[in-house]
Amino acid sequence: MLRYCLQRLVACVPVLAVVAVVVFLLLRFTPGDPAAIIAGDSATPEQIQRIRAGLGLDRPVAVQFGVWAGKLVRGDLGESFFFKKKVAELIGQRLEPTLALAVGTVIISVLIAVPLGIAAAFRHGGWLDRGLMAFATVGFSIPVFVLGYLMMWIVALKLHWLPVQGYARFSDGFLPFVRHLILPCLTLSVIYSPLIARVTRASVAEALTEDLVRTARSKGLPELRVLLRHALPNAAVPIVTVIGVGLALLLGGVVVTESVYSIPGLGRLTVEAVLARDFPTIQGLILVSSVAYVLLNLLIDLSYLLIDPRIRY
Amino acid sequence: MNAQSGGVRIAAAVVLAWCAAHPGDANAEQSGKVLRVVPHSNLTIIDPVWTTAYITQEHGYMVYDTLFSQDAQGGFQPQMVDRYEISPDKKTWTFTLRDGLEFHNGSPVTSDDVIASLRRWGQRDSLGITLLSVTEGFDAVDKKTFRIKLKEPYALMLDALGKSSTSVPFIMPKRIAETPADKQISEVIGSGPFIFAKDEWRPGEKIVYLKNSKYKPRSEPSNGLAGGKVPRVDRVEWLIIKDPQTQVNALVAGEIDMIEAPAFESFAAFKGNPDIELERNAVRRQAMLRFNHLQPPFDNVKVRKAAMVALEQTALLRAQVGIPTMFGTCFSVYPCGSPLATGKGMEHIGRGDVKGGKALLKEAGYNSTPVVIMQPTDLAVLARFPVMAAQLLRQAGFKVDLQAMDWQTLVSRRAKKDPPDKGGWNILITNFTSFDLANPITHPMVAGSCDKAWFGWPCDAELERLRQGFLRAGSDAERKALAEQVQVRAMEVGTYFPIGEYWYPRAYRRNVRGVIEAFNMVLWNVDKDQRAGQTPGTLSN
Repeated sequence: MLRYCLQRLVACVPVLAVVAVVVFLLLRFTPGDPAAIIAGDSATPEQIQRIRAGLGLDRPVAVQFGVWAGKLVRGDLGESFFFKKKVAELIGQRLEPTLALAVGTVIISVLIAVPLGIAAAFRHGGWLDRGLMAFATVGFSIPVFVLGYLMMWIVALKLHWLPVQGYARFSDGFLPFVRHLILPCLTLSVIYSPLIARVTRASVAEALTEDLVRTARSKGLPELRVLLRHALPNAAVPIVTVIGVGLALLLGGVVVTESVYSIPGLGRLTVEAVLARDFPTIQGLILVSSVAYVLLNLLIDLSYLLIDPRIRY
Repeated sequence: MNAQSGGVRIAAAVVLAWCAAHPGDANAEQSGKVLRVVPHSNLTIIDPVWTTAYITQEHGYMVYDTLFSQDAQGGFQPQMVDRYEISPDKKTWTFTLRDGLEFHNGSPVTSDDVIASLRRWGQRDSLGITLLSVTEGFDAVDKKTFRIKLKEPYALMLDALGKSSTSVPFIMPKRIAETPADKQISEVIGSGPFIFAKDEWRPGEKIVYLKNSKYKPRSEPSNGLAGGKVPRVDRVEWLIIKDPQTQVNALVAGEIDMIEAPAFESFAAFKGNPDIELERNAVRRQAMLRFNHLQPPFDNVKVRKAAMVALEQTALLRAQVGIPTMFGTCFSVYPCGSPLATGKGMEHIGRGDVKGGKALLKEAGYNSTPVVIMQPTDLAVLARFPVMAAQLLRQAGFKVDLQAMDWQTLVSRRAKKDPPDKGGWNILITNFTSFDLANPITHPMVAGSCDKAWFGWPCDAELERLRQGFLRAGSDAERKALAEQVQVRAMEVGTYFPIGEYWYPRAYRRNVRGVIEAFNMVLWNVDKDQRAGQTPGTLSN
């Protein structure tokens, strides 16, 4: 298994190299001049040109890439054009809110969706199953900003139970941290829960038709035991996969939710950097995001070993 | 199972009870008075000389001080300066700093600091560049006295030193001010009423300023940006909340105290809410439609005139702002009501005379060259102007190509002099504050200096002659006459089309007192009653 992990990690290197080159070139050929944005509305063309030279943007693209790649291999993601801060520091500041939001959402979604999906599969075609389908349709259909404003209006403005917006860091205290996460996590869960629930339902329903379940039932095992000990482990691979993919998507940043609840996560940083044409920050964010995707995929693959002993690497 | 579900219920009840017992705080309350404000934009650059961005100037006003400040009436009053003298030949100005000025690092503000700061600022700002061009030299007479020797009299000395809008001459320590003007400073040490808490700065999230308890304000009452600057709260937090609706909800809930520039669409939510004060800003913005003078069809003055005749201020403002009390037509290139405002030269433009526009267009021999209008869809304060402008121009016979893009793409594209089909443009719409437009020197749209002019690059020697004359005029009457001639000539040449004026309102909770009516959001003298107005509110509709 160790060899497999190493092979997968080594295989990541060319993937990340391609990502780095493509992102760098795409940004250089996208319309937009960071110097003009930095200079402000009243700047003269001469001022913009001076700033461009100061940022090194007047050099040939190959030279710019060489400078950036040289820093990258030394582990330096560069410095933001705007904030004059290290890109790694900027990303580090935004990592905690994004991680908290992603993990919180996944926890709530799994707690809601997996039992619902199992129950719906068990009562296939019944009212619970139909209710789950309806919930899934509604969850997928409601735009996240509508749901966000609605929950904000009811829970924060009408009931005064939770804050409207903002993020409290874990270091500010556990309770403020949780209070600020509940609404955004619940909002995202309404979208992620139906996805996980539907996959769980389909997967468990299929497992319930397998011979091993019939055998277990014929041995006289209680239905709950059949469901949890025999059907669920055999249905777990697709469920774990969809949870993992969901986590990866959430880690990439959820721009709308972060904007509605004013959470300073990676999604907002990405949008801000793109709008400002902050090339080093965009490049750093995409690279970090790619690394996260690759590692999460590896973790998902490794988790199959625990779930299904038939799988070997 | 029953025991488990019972446990879940108890846990849920405890969580909800706890949530209800801790209503609506945005962040853990700091000790002392904390003023939480949502500024109009995110602070990205902290060097007020390096960029002309308004948000950076507002950051500058928090931490730095100025030699002179502009009062609410537009006059320039001493701020760091105690007294000043002008020699009889008007070529030597001697300034003495007032006592007790001290930087945040504890060192006193000296003449050397002032001179270094003015030199750096003078390399970047238009007014600063003109000042340095007529300056023979700076002398530090002693620690508190400095002298500016001029090659010739310069009428705009106080306008320059007290400049309050883009590129304000803030005073920094000499060591920092000696940073080349093209390099951004990374240290923020001022002598103003608040101290920048750099360690707490989280770009895109929060900017924190702490009260400078050692600051010695002037004794005069506050008046615009002039007078005594008294920091009354212990801590100011600029919170970056991008979503306009979330800004409104946070203000209503009492999680923030002020929104610098709420969206016009938010007004309905504030109406009738007894906890919210909505105040029109003291200084207006002028919206302006700029022609690209280098590219057809607007390289032809008659085509520019045809557009200016066909366009209508009221229709454009109504489309953009919508709320009648928040905009006003203004047929003057200078802010209406300001000392230099005049209607001369604008009698026939901006009234929506489609017939007249058509006739002029025919006379100009317009050959249906498409007019590319850039529309910044992500900038709510400008996004609707181009749509209405396109419609008005189409009615007059123009073939219009309205191109949607984000603001930053527009900012980059406007610098291109190429034809529109090769990445250039024909028309862009922007706005400037009235402080920027107060005279023909700082007004970016009336310059005719070709390549050196603001994007659009009008080229007119007569206009430049008149502007230079204004700079050297000896009396107010002469200056006013020259300003009028500049306006008449600018409209003859069609450097741009003034769309009219509109206001950015400011919204704050009623427990906030002492808000200064000024274009720049300045937060000295602003106090906050900790008890009143803290009850989380609900939206009125």
